[in-house]
Amino acid sequence: MSLAKRIIPCLDVDNGRVVKGVQFVNIRDAGNPVEVAKRYDEQGADEITFLDITATAHDRNTTVHMVEEVASQVFIPLTVGGGIRTVEDIRTMLNAGADKVAINSAAIFNPGFVQEACDAFGSQCIVVAIDAKKVSPEGEANQWEIFTHGGRKETGIDAIEWAKKMESLGAGEILLTSMDRDGTKSGFDLELTRAISDSIQIPVIASGGVGELDHLCEGILEGHAEAVLAASIFHFGQHTVQEAKQAMQAKGIEVRL
Amino acid sequence: MDQKLVAVIDYGMGNLRSVAKAAEHVAPNNTRIIVTHDPKVIESADAIIFPGQGAAKACMNALQETGMIHPIQHAVQEKPFLGICMGLQVLMSHSDENSGTPCLDIISGNVKHFELEKAFPELKVPHMGWNQIHQTQEHALWHNIPQDSRFYFVHSYYVQPKKETFIAATTTHGTSFPSALSHKNLFAIQAHPEKSAEHGLQLFQNFLQWNG
Repeated sequence: MSLAKRIIPCLDVDNGRVVKGVQFVNIRDAGNPVEVAKRYDEQGADEITFLDITATAHDRNTTVHMVEEVASQVFIPLTVGGGIRTVEDIRTMLNAGADKVAINSAAIFNPGFVQEACDAFGSQCIVVAIDAKKVSPEGEANQWEIFTHGGRKETGIDAIEWAKKMESLGAGEILLTSMDRDGTKSGFDLELTRAISDSIQIPVIASGGVGELDHLCEGILEGHAEAVLAASIFHFGQHTVQEAKQAMQAKGIEVRL
Repeated sequence: MDQKLVAVIDYGMGNLRSVAKAAEHVAPNNTRIIVTHDPKVIESADAIIFPGQGAAKACMNALQETGMIHPIQHAVQEKPFLGICMGLQVLMSHSDENSGTPCLDIISGNVKHFELEKAFPELKVPHMGWNQIHQTQEHALWHNIPQDSRFYFVHSYYVQPKKETFIAATTTHGTSFPSALSHKNLFAIQAHPEKSAEHGLQLFQNFLQWNG
């Protein structure tokens, strides 16, 4: 009897629709967010994460309404990320029905914002999203740094040190994405995931690179992640969340079935 | 049929909306769910839901500022009362959180931090995710909820009531801790039924039908 490892389908949302770029190119429409969220809930998803990739304030309002609608029909934890920059942004999303918000670049520009957010709303609802990329040459000791702007802009910040700092500022959870693996379907960066997870006491959600069910199991067993996040393997019918959980259970991982 | 009024206590913290939405989702037609900080509404309500999020001190301060302490102390004596998460913890005498916080002292006992680093270095704090609730006594609120069902938890502190007879369920995260307490018309749970899918909705449905 113990805590189950979590599977979190992730929905990229643009102007009220679920979208997903496949292999970095064409953005495929993956449906109405409310219907997609309900489908994942029925399949046994443990949480759902929305990443708001819209650019304009008008589209953000659409996202708020979408969260409201999902929250009145889906009774599992909902996380919303993308464009969360102020305490007011957080309040808006929580009032719409989100349970947690993911803070990414705003934490880099102003780490104090993480502390401010945790003081105002509690650590339980503050997830810090970390986009990391390997910077050490092949054959040398591993080193990863934080990148912004979808992995294009380096910050010079060491990923492990950053995760520890976010924990000390009160973050309740880390959403860790490998920018080397994101979109490649070649599996998580397991060394990165393990290095971060073993350095902090708060849970780590592994993200970036899932192309098959085995990758999810590896994230838990070898990456020491508490939760695994994936998008495209679920969106286009390749696998259901239920199948993913059965695959994890077959490897001896405790799941909620 | 008479109208039934259920008050969700609002003291300006946390996501009360999701608690109200989950209760509304399973509420019978004659039941109205109101999110309120009006002591008169709490006084006249037939049942009370007391949700909670955030830290103990901020929660106690917010209860003080909004004048909710007396209405809660009163309601807990006389009508069906459901505490959730921090709404369980602040019912206790004292919490170790925020360098020690005196709480409502409705149930004797303390709130302790998970100290797992030495014995269980692989376990994470906060205890976040779906864990099993082992029912240790029969209760109307467990109706149609199978033994050891998984509920969604997120917390770093847990309650230790002085009287073990108050414990309605336990959960294990390294150590076994009381995950639900019951006493007369009071029921309080550490997990978040509003985020625990069908079993959580069943618990709300049971509460709305319970006469304490």
